[in-house]
Amino acid sequence: MIITGNAVKVGDHINTDLILPGKYLVFIEPEELAKHALEGLDPRFPEKARGGVVLIAGKNFGCGSSREQAPIALKHANVKCIVADSFARIFYRNAINIGLPVVECKEIADKVNEGDQLVVDLAEGVIKDLTLNQSWQIKPVPKFLLEILTAGGLVEYLKKRIKSK
Amino acid sequence: MNLVEKILAKASGKKEVAPGEIVDANIDRAMIHDLTGPLTIEMFKKIGVERVWDPEKIVMILDHQVPADTVKSAELHVTMRTFAREQGIRNFYEIGKGGICHQVMPEKGYVLPGEVIVGADSHTCTYGALGAFATGIGSTEMAAVFATGKLWFKVPQTLNFVAQGRLKQPTSAKDLILHIIGQVGVDGATYKAAKFSGPAITRMSIDGRLTMCNMAVEMGAKTGIIEPDAQTIRYVSARTKKFTPLKSDPDAEYEKTFELDVNELEPQVACPPSVDNVKPVSEIEGLEINQAFIGSCTNGRLEDLRAASRILKKNKVHPNVRLIVIPASQEIYQAALREGIIEILAKAGAYISNASCGPCLGGHLGVLAPFETCISTSNRNFIGRMGSPKASVYLASPATVAASAVAGKVTDPRTMWRS
Repeated sequence: MIITGNAVKVGDHINTDLILPGKYLVFIEPEELAKHALEGLDPRFPEKARGGVVLIAGKNFGCGSSREQAPIALKHANVKCIVADSFARIFYRNAINIGLPVVECKEIADKVNEGDQLVVDLAEGVIKDLTLNQSWQIKPVPKFLLEILTAGGLVEYLKKRIKSK
Repeated sequence: MNLVEKILAKASGKKEVAPGEIVDANIDRAMIHDLTGPLTIEMFKKIGVERVWDPEKIVMILDHQVPADTVKSAELHVTMRTFAREQGIRNFYEIGKGGICHQVMPEKGYVLPGEVIVGADSHTCTYGALGAFATGIGSTEMAAVFATGKLWFKVPQTLNFVAQGRLKQPTSAKDLILHIIGQVGVDGATYKAAKFSGPAITRMSIDGRLTMCNMAVEMGAKTGIIEPDAQTIRYVSARTKKFTPLKSDPDAEYEKTFELDVNELEPQVACPPSVDNVKPVSEIEGLEINQAFIGSCTNGRLEDLRAASRILKKNKVHPNVRLIVIPASQEIYQAALREGIIEILAKAGAYISNASCGPCLGGHLGVLAPFETCISTSNRNFIGRMGSPKASVYLASPATVAASAVAGKVTDPRTMWRS
């Protein structure tokens, strides 16, 4: 799985109320949720992300609520991948389950600049910054999680498995 | 093995497990509510399985957007009711019958020591207070549980917080857990289990223990957990069938042990915009407030309402403040009625509502305007959590919130704690 996009940078401890405020939880339609992605931090984010972006975050990204609407909003706002120093655990699982790649990499947040062109290769475990001409090794995503991501999420993955039985 | 490891070993049919190992565990109980349930139901239907794995093991609760405030949330409730009926899920809690999911689950006997419980809500970690392994999951993952009855977990490392001494009232469980989060930070226990032990925990009521474990997720923990003791057994036995509690082995291992002395602990307040921005109440005393909220899955229990009524008995809510009180469940509401607590609070000028999550998550009932300040017994003070992103939320114990509501500003409850 190879992902490309321009970098958008955010800080540490970006919580689920910033990613998708609680008042929007009555919505489950991805397009509606996407309009409010990261609204708590920057209401213009959906516009910024339109062309497809890789989100570069600090520590503990996605902390707080278990709301799956948070990663859904980001994915449908055209966030292709999130690279963070670390993730909150429920967000990490949710993102993979809805088919949004998430990668831990501790060295990258300080180096990449907003707008840099990035390529993330999940299977190889490499992030390249084409603007800076620099690359970083990441821990490859475990095989069974990569299978879920490649299938497009847990629902599609389970569907396939049930069919093949 | 420690308690978490023992529960996960049993649930995955293994003799022994170690931290870092990935296990496929059988789920004993699965809970959804009205804001995460409808997405679970949609995903379950997409998977293409007709029936849930076991309708008796599923609990469905309406608590967040209740009673319905918009047509949209009324529709979510219909989705929930219809699914419960179609699937024969009897453990369905209509509004007025249950209350906040994290109170209803232990109160109605769905939380048994030694079991594995998942809920589509981050505060599912509350149930560790009764010696269960309980954790929050997302809607899609819950749909997979509904279809298969199983879920994978990485066996976590466990941090052991040993609380020595005795909490001096009105300092309470809330002050202790805020203090701990202030010490370790909002990601201090990420991916790990947080065990609470020591004499201060043994002396603590079940209500207090639920408060402690409830906030484990605010330091990133997968679950909070407390070893079941005689008090746990009494609480659970009064509500349910037979069960087999598990206990840590004497040679159980922990990644790290934190020793705390709670004897001198003073009431604590978590200041915006982060739950680990914790200060002793004395440092921010005098800060003016507009709203005070007593309730939520953290602090809407009987003991919490008792503490509030003790302060409000001979006092009135300050003219510049509105105090919102929401008992966590219908059962607690009735007990508070019987004890005369509701009358005391109403006479003091509190707005009292039936059980729901209320303003905690800013969806409904008591949201804040820009530049307003609220002191709250709930669990998160993130920017925008309770309404406007320009509002401020301070987290504290029920006693501190009640005292602040009376004074119109953040106040040390010890100044109003009379018998």
